[in-house]
Amino acid sequence: MAVIQFSQAINQALYQLLEKDPEVFLIGQGVTSPWYVGGTTLGLVDRFGAERVFDTPVSENGVTGAAVGAALAGAKPVLVFPRLDFMYYAFDQLINHAANWHYMFGGQLSVPLTIWGIVNRGGEQAAQHAQSIQAMMMHVPGLKVVMPSTPYDAKGLMVSAVTDGNPVMYIDERWLYQTKGEVPEEMYKVPLGKGVVRREGSDVTVVATSYMVLEALKAAEALAKEEHIDVEVIDPRSIKPLDKQLLLSSLKKTGRFVVVDAAWQTGGVGAELSAIVASEGFDYLKAPVARVSLPDAPAPSSSVLEKVYYPTSKTIIKKVKETVVR
Amino acid sequence: MQKKAEKQRQSSSPQDILKQLYRTMLRIRLFEEKTAELVQKNEILCPSHLYIGQEAVATGVSASLRKDDYVFSTHRSHGHYIAKGGDLNALMAELYGKVTGCSRGRGGSMHLSSPEVGFIGSSAIVAGSIPLAVGAALAFSLRKQDRVSVAFFGDGAVNEGTWYESMNIAGLRKLPVIFVCENNLYSTHMPVSECLADTDIHRKAETFGMSGYRIDGNNVIEVYETAKKAIDAARRGEGPALIECMTYRWRGHVGPNYDIEKGLRSKEELDEWIAKCPIDRLEKQLLQQGLLTASEIQRIRSELKKAVDDSAVYAKKSPYPDEKTLLDNVFKES
Ligand SMILES: Cc1ncc(C[n+]2csc(CCOP(=O)(O)OP(=O)(O)O)c2C)c(N)n1
Ligand SMILES: [Mg+2]
Repeated sequence: MAVIQFSQAINQALYQLLEKDPEVFLIGQGVTSPWYVGGTTLGLVDRFGAERVFDTPVSENGVTGAAVGAALAGAKPVLVFPRLDFMYYAFDQLINHAANWHYMFGGQLSVPLTIWGIVNRGGEQAAQHAQSIQAMMMHVPGLKVVMPSTPYDAKGLMVSAVTDGNPVMYIDERWLYQTKGEVPEEMYKVPLGKGVVRREGSDVTVVATSYMVLEALKAAEALAKEEHIDVEVIDPRSIKPLDKQLLLSSLKKTGRFVVVDAAWQTGGVGAELSAIVASEGFDYLKAPVARVSLPDAPAPSSSVLEKVYYPTSKTIIKKVKETVVR
Repeated sequence: MQKKAEKQRQSSSPQDILKQLYRTMLRIRLFEEKTAELVQKNEILCPSHLYIGQEAVATGVSASLRKDDYVFSTHRSHGHYIAKGGDLNALMAELYGKVTGCSRGRGGSMHLSSPEVGFIGSSAIVAGSIPLAVGAALAFSLRKQDRVSVAFFGDGAVNEGTWYESMNIAGLRKLPVIFVCENNLYSTHMPVSECLADTDIHRKAETFGMSGYRIDGNNVIEVYETAKKAIDAARRGEGPALIECMTYRWRGHVGPNYDIEKGLRSKEELDEWIAKCPIDRLEKQLLQQGLLTASEIQRIRSELKKAVDDSAVYAKKSPYPDEKTLLDNVFKES
């Protein structure tokens, strides 16, 4: 199997989807730019033409509405936002329209739309160029939310998102784009709502999203070596629908639960997962649930502050140790 | 000091104004060239959108603004900050991520602020600060003050729905706000013709019941005169205006490079615009009219160069924010 980069895996998925289904088209800022979306769209406009792969003006609200409308007319648009921060202009179309349409009209028409938003944090970019908004998206009924962490899942989840028939929010991180992994050449799906165990362990369950899966694995190796703590790392891959069974069965084994999500803590993914564990896994818990997240503050610019703002494997190690001591 | 300078500005002779315009443009240029150099050396890490080539716009508009008038800006805001009278040391320190920066190291290049001189802030969300300028003008008009607010934005902002909504509210309520569009022909990698169905941005003003101008944004005198007319009218309660300034950024969208190596625009196009340098143009005129001699220009240049170099020294020497203060200022203490 070929080993390719995360960004190339997305590129492959888009290529194959565009090739297979004439209803698929790709729009958003930067799809024809050499750098804007991290090389994920290289070659697509040359192969599929400017009719089906086109850059849009900075009109997020209108463009999103147009994508929703096209989906209602039977197309399967993939709409990219080079940064999630730029998506707030699109919220009305996404939340009031795309996410509600199928329910609001009694299930007559669906919105087969993939909204692909890229987290692009760090680098002293500050508060408006760093946000991770998975929790806000997860909050909305009628929206599915996936967060791949490997090249394999990057491709498989993109295929599932585009072919699902519902509005699916696909969130990935620029920090993953250079990572490499095995990716089958043919088209395949990674089911929505199915998580995976990335590392088996018996002492504590660490559930991490997106890039933080890599940090969690790093933390797990260090904890095994230095502290003899055996961490099970779980990657939910899609946070909505969520693979509750996987989380609960792991918790049943370890009795300890840490959620790692690099977004604001209050009302975050960690809050939701903790609530699930508290209500459905209470009897398994040997220690309080712990969260690794961003503090409840906007992203600062100065790299000195960024260093304490963004969690790393070290932050995870500290939290896991606190949990295990109990 | 500030008061005196302001008074001078109000009652200046036309010659003094020209000299002032020259100094401000040159201050911006030298600051930006220094910034480019420091980004290249990895001294400055935050993404910096340079204003080189567009200096006449911020300079010409701000020359008719008072300290208590408000300016709102964008991701490309160094020039607007300097023209409004923002402190160079605090600006450079902000780019360095230092606690002495104008936003205490929290904002970086895209989020400058200097409320004491009426520079309220720059937002990096395209068109994001335009309705804020409208709102400030609304507050001024509710209080019956003769203050104005200015929204600087690029041609890209005209793609956003909020631009139209803002223009409409301003026109509807005849608010004292000046919309200054810096049409530099590109929005990141996209030429304006690929973004707007009708690229005559100034013509859209009519729809909203306000005056619209398209002017040579590299001619600082033209910018100054047009902006003065619009600002004076707004102060008198005659409502908003839209000024579209045709100009060009010499460097690429972000950082010190030129976006030519990326194949986004041609060297010929860039050279054409470099030949229309707003600073050279005024300098020639000042020399021709005998308002400044070559040696006076040399003196001004080295004085400004020193201030810019000093700002880099100041920034480098300044301390970083204390990491313990990470959570400060999420809210105002109540
Ligand atoms: C809402 C939003 N969408 C996209 C971006 C990314 N972006 C940053 S600057 C820019 C182009 C702005 O072009 P223009 O307004 O003409 O200003 P210029 O850079 O030319 O000065 C874009 C699209 C953003 N910052 N905000
Ligand atoms: Mg522009």
